[in-house]
Amino acid sequence: MTLLRLESVSRRFPVGSSILGSRKYLAAVDGVSLNVEAGQTTGIVGESGCGKSTTGRIALGLDSPDSGRVLFQGSLLPRIGSKEWRSQRRQMQLVFQDTLGALDRRMTVDALIAEPLEIHAVGDAASRRQRVWELLQAVGLGDDQHMLYPHQLSGGQRQRVVLARALAPKPSLLVCDEPVSALDVSVQAQIINLLVDLQRELGLGILFISHDLRIVRHVSDRIVVMYLGRVVEQGRADVIIDHPAHPYTQALVSAMPRLPGGFDQYVPLSGEPPSATDRPSGCPFNSRCPVAQDICRQSLPELLPLDSKREVACHRVRDR
Amino acid sequence: MTATIIGFVGPKVLRAALSILVVVTLTFVVLRASGDPALQILGPSARAADLEAFRRHWGLDQPLSLQYLRYIQAAFHGDFGNSMLGGKPALDIVLERVPLTLALMIPSLILTMLIGIPVGAYAAMHRDSWVDRSVMMLTVLGFTVPSFVLGLLLILIFSVTLGLFPSGGADRAAGFVLPVLTLGIGGAAIIARFTRSAMIEVLSQLYVVAASAKGVTWRQVVRQHALPNAIIPVLTLFGLMLGGQVAGAVLVENVFGWPGIGQLLVVSVANRDHAVVQVILLLVTLTMTSANLLMDLLYGVFDPRLRASSAGSH
Amino acid sequence: MPVMMPRLKTTSWMDLPTRAAAGWVLLMVVAALVAAHIAPYDITAIDLRHRLAPPVGFGGTMLHILGTDDLGRDVASRLIYSIRTSLLVAFGATAISVFVGTAIGFTAAYFGRLVEHVLLLMIDVQASLPFLIVALAMLAFLGNSLPLFVTLMGLYGWERNARLARGLAIAAGAQGYASATRQLGAHPLRVYVRHILPNSVATLLVAATVTFPEIVLVESGLSFLGLGVQPPMSSLGVMVAAGREYITRAPWMLLAPSLVIVLTAVAVSVLGDWLRDQLDPTLK
Repeated sequence: MTLLRLESVSRRFPVGSSILGSRKYLAAVDGVSLNVEAGQTTGIVGESGCGKSTTGRIALGLDSPDSGRVLFQGSLLPRIGSKEWRSQRRQMQLVFQDTLGALDRRMTVDALIAEPLEIHAVGDAASRRQRVWELLQAVGLGDDQHMLYPHQLSGGQRQRVVLARALAPKPSLLVCDEPVSALDVSVQAQIINLLVDLQRELGLGILFISHDLRIVRHVSDRIVVMYLGRVVEQGRADVIIDHPAHPYTQALVSAMPRLPGGFDQYVPLSGEPPSATDRPSGCPFNSRCPVAQDICRQSLPELLPLDSKREVACHRVRDR
Repeated sequence: MTATIIGFVGPKVLRAALSILVVVTLTFVVLRASGDPALQILGPSARAADLEAFRRHWGLDQPLSLQYLRYIQAAFHGDFGNSMLGGKPALDIVLERVPLTLALMIPSLILTMLIGIPVGAYAAMHRDSWVDRSVMMLTVLGFTVPSFVLGLLLILIFSVTLGLFPSGGADRAAGFVLPVLTLGIGGAAIIARFTRSAMIEVLSQLYVVAASAKGVTWRQVVRQHALPNAIIPVLTLFGLMLGGQVAGAVLVENVFGWPGIGQLLVVSVANRDHAVVQVILLLVTLTMTSANLLMDLLYGVFDPRLRASSAGSH
Repeated sequence: MPVMMPRLKTTSWMDLPTRAAAGWVLLMVVAALVAAHIAPYDITAIDLRHRLAPPVGFGGTMLHILGTDDLGRDVASRLIYSIRTSLLVAFGATAISVFVGTAIGFTAAYFGRLVEHVLLLMIDVQASLPFLIVALAMLAFLGNSLPLFVTLMGLYGWERNARLARGLAIAAGAQGYASATRQLGAHPLRVYVRHILPNSVATLLVAATVTFPEIVLVESGLSFLGLGVQPPMSSLGVMVAAGREYITRAPWMLLAPSLVIVLTAVAVSVLGDWLRDQLDPTLK
């Protein structure tokens, strides 16, 4: 069952303000379509500035698209800030990177975890205490931590608090925006495994956003590769990793050390991605693409099915 | 170039005009909210026929929005009605007193600069010495002691005990000494502190260090480089100082029995003479707004970067 | 933690002027609280046989430690009651100023756009006008009574508190915990009352310590002009005004309240500096 559906969603932001004269716009997200299935994970991967976080905010209803639609359980999201929107927050929750800034430093761990239950008036005080207790257990926080303040916790422990807070109202969709990027590698693995376990237990649909393909590959059933606001390739995770078709995906995959299933031919990416304000004409990737030809500088490739398992936006993909 | 100047000046002038409009509007609202304006302005002893004529003259029988427009129109023409006492036009009564208040404020502003800048500069150049520390302690006293207490203490010391100066009287030169001193000391303390920190900052900057390395004397460095650079930010304090001076003048004039605007204001408030109070309020608003506008513009002249950035892409 | 020790010591230990200031403020607060118990006489008790009696040490007796006024009323007793009145007025007014300022600042930050522009304009207007003049105009238009006078004093400094509160709300919004709570589905009011306000309280309290002594000064100034606290109540400014009439014959009538005003203003300002250092998050 499809839990969340984005249909050619676009979002642009004005750059520089001028009362007179024409305004420049930055196309952060440009015609993105993707699905998140119930109980499954869709991963979005791409460099910073590719629009993956904006896509996540739109998917969650924290930002509205300029064009395109977002359907959650088959219906459009309510207007941001409305009563319906607020009560719908129970269903869809966010797990974010900056755990220190996002947790009120004056509140203890159990008060933080109880807060979403209070906001949505779930149960009475006693049952809320019980639920907080269960959540602490579920995310692996011990007896001695529930009375601590955020700054007294480690980064990994704070991320567990954020996770418990997100899970408290029993959501069906979780959007994880770089949830482990601020953590040590060993702690990253713990949090990721916890997330996978919880998903299996609770049947959550997850939209997992990261710049790190190794992590995305580990958690995702489907992978969406974004570049400068556009989807360049998407499909089943194993297919994308084992047989990347787009030159950009190939470069990302080849940069992963010692991948089982082997892609030992390293394709280095030259330079930085161009700024989203002055995107090259034609294929956005043409300035860094090792196989770019004239057509790539002239027309924008459409996202078309390559086989039954994925879609690719590349003029050259059928040539090779 | 003209476009740049308009782009810089335009918004500031607009803002100043809006500020004045806000004060006029609030005065209108408060006056209307506090009762029948005819009674308020003419007083409870006015005859019924006068009240009726007043209401007709001001259009008080008309809708509130129209009254508001007429009120603003009248304000622009300087027509604020007559004073309760004596029945003369309020504007004339206030303008008569202006020279006396200026005769107090201008010398005290000059005194403020004459004491504040050298004291602050001296303290900065002898930083952390006992002179610096005692000066800084004195300045705390200088701006925390309210002017009416200071004025009375000066009277107690210099006229009652020592008999050096009279305790007021605008008719002779000696009568100016104590009021001007009282009004100037608080401002001088603020200027001294500000000059000190501005000087310390300027002195520590590299070009001063470089200049002193080229064989010029310390005295020259201070006079030619440090002091002029430190005075620019001090001058911008002027707007703030003026507000303090206006409020201070009200108290000081009453301490020394000085027949300026401050004394007129207190008498008018005590008698609830609305017409006169209104005129003084608007006069102060106009003065403060123009002073702030002038400071903004001067700051733009002193600091061209500010002008460029606020003009933006016009 | 050995590294933390010296830092803790330097920031939490008061130096001598700060301790003296704290001692004086404490003395004032205690005097105000127990005024009825420590004042030797009633403030209206007239002793015509001892009119204009000098204080102890200047030819006076222990009967009236700080001397008496023109009606033979005990200066020390009047002083204690005046301190109480002045502190009560300033306390009430400071509370109003911080409350009104915070409400307006939060409103500006929350609504943004036109509401924010209008409120910022009001703030600018207030900041450009001397408060004393505005207060005098309001007294002329609205008349005077104690509740009205306290409310009017409560307008002192609202614009500074509003600017501060708006800045705090905007900073909190940028910090993430506010938007994180909003995305949990919280009503914006909850975000302000339960998160932004508690996180701003420390800073707002420091602002209050700056506002408080300034209100004491404005109040005493207006009372000195005869337009503030009205008889039979007495405040420090009322006493100074009464004392000026007898400046040659009974200077203690003037000096006693003046000294209290000056010492209190200096003490609270020294204490405010110290508090600001304590609560400044950049020092932590």
